[in-house]
Amino acid sequence: MKKVDRETLTGIFYEMIKTTSTTIPLDVYESLKKAYESEEKPAAKKQLEAILNDIEIACKRGVPICQDTGTPYVFLELGEDFPVKAGIVDSIKVALRKATQEGYLRPNAVDPFKKKNSGDNTGRYIPWVHYDIVEGDELKVWFMTKGGGSELPSTLIMSTPLEGFRRLKDGVIDTVVKYGPLPCPPLIIGIAVAAGGDIAMSLAKKSLLRPIGQRNEDEEIAKMEVELLNALNKLELGPHGFGGQLTALDVKIDYSHRHPATFAIGIVTSCWATRRSSAIIRSDGSWELTSKHIYCNNGSKHILG
Amino acid sequence: MTARDEAHEMALETLGKGQSLPIDMKGLALYHCGPVAKKINNTWRIIAAGPTTSMRMEGVEAEFIEKTGVKMIIGKGGMGEKTAESLKKNNAVYAVFTGGAGALAAERIKAVKEVYWLEELGIPEALWVFEVEEFGPLIITMDSYGNNYYKVRMDEIKERGERIKKEI
Repeated sequence: MKKVDRETLTGIFYEMIKTTSTTIPLDVYESLKKAYESEEKPAAKKQLEAILNDIEIACKRGVPICQDTGTPYVFLELGEDFPVKAGIVDSIKVALRKATQEGYLRPNAVDPFKKKNSGDNTGRYIPWVHYDIVEGDELKVWFMTKGGGSELPSTLIMSTPLEGFRRLKDGVIDTVVKYGPLPCPPLIIGIAVAAGGDIAMSLAKKSLLRPIGQRNEDEEIAKMEVELLNALNKLELGPHGFGGQLTALDVKIDYSHRHPATFAIGIVTSCWATRRSSAIIRSDGSWELTSKHIYCNNGSKHILG
Repeated sequence: MTARDEAHEMALETLGKGQSLPIDMKGLALYHCGPVAKKINNTWRIIAAGPTTSMRMEGVEAEFIEKTGVKMIIGKGGMGEKTAESLKKNNAVYAVFTGGAGALAAERIKAVKEVYWLEELGIPEALWVFEVEEFGPLIITMDSYGNNYYKVRMDEIKERGERIKKEI
């Protein structure tokens, strides 16, 4: 039986990075398209039209959707019997360097103290990798390139428990109002309540991986997601701040159990060009993309003309 | 011509030392952009080149307009009052290009005429001079009379936000 090695992984990660940078997830595309069709305000409609044009050009030419190709985030569910472990991050780094060289990624990793760009999207703690070790012999990967402009409004609120949900709701509205057009709305908002600030921010970021429209399994949380989504869309900030019905594409909420005395609220904003992909890699080296995009690199799907 | 954070700093430093800039910027459009660019057979090709957040340049833009004579700024997200005043004083405007639309922008860039400060600042921060055609959509949000569309809009949205918070 064939076994997966570092080289195979590099190849898979490279394909995932290319897909993520050049083809928008299908759920994002469909939401934008639906909004374009029903939008009546001319300036907002024009923005949505430009966005859809951009997505189409990027897809057809195989070029990045946005020149800010983001910071690479990787979330792994690593089966304990998957043959490669320590080599995974190295394989991702090699793939990132290659994708940067090929023009699929802009060099975005800057040493904050030496003010030096590494030139290849790798550096200290970059890519940022989150691991969960699970049973089995497969590796599940979620890859996200998170834009810098849309990271600016991301906020941590350390609340007391009694004020918690009030501050959460106010915090979401305030964040979107405060930064207005800067993070490139329509936005996806990731929120998490947790025991500590680090957990809250991390879970909020991870919640962006959930496709648009997919509600939290908990009914009460799902209800709050919809409530906040509707509230945000009443703001009429609209695409790039030009008004209209669509300020947020979705709101995602996650949580960890909290300490009795803490109520940390993480709020993460993501732009209309939310770029993510996921894949499953088996121990024999076979793999498939589990995320849907407007265009797949293997050529099997080509929704745009 | 593109310039973002570091090219602004570099240009003002150069002028401050009494030296001249690599190009005469008078009458040009300044684009807040850090492109993805690739050199193919000795020719630069722009792969993605949407606008970057203009507000980051707010602290230096008024002086930049004054000293270079640029007539149009293209970016995203709008700018603040200091820039609005400088635009009015220098008879210039600010336009928004759809944020994130990097592939669309690159399609409208027909050629790279020059690139300066590439060695010192790297690809995203360098000063690129582009030849463009039908570059847009562009929406003027700050005019040469001191009007600032986003400021008016954001005041409205802030008020609406306060109302909405009471409903949830």
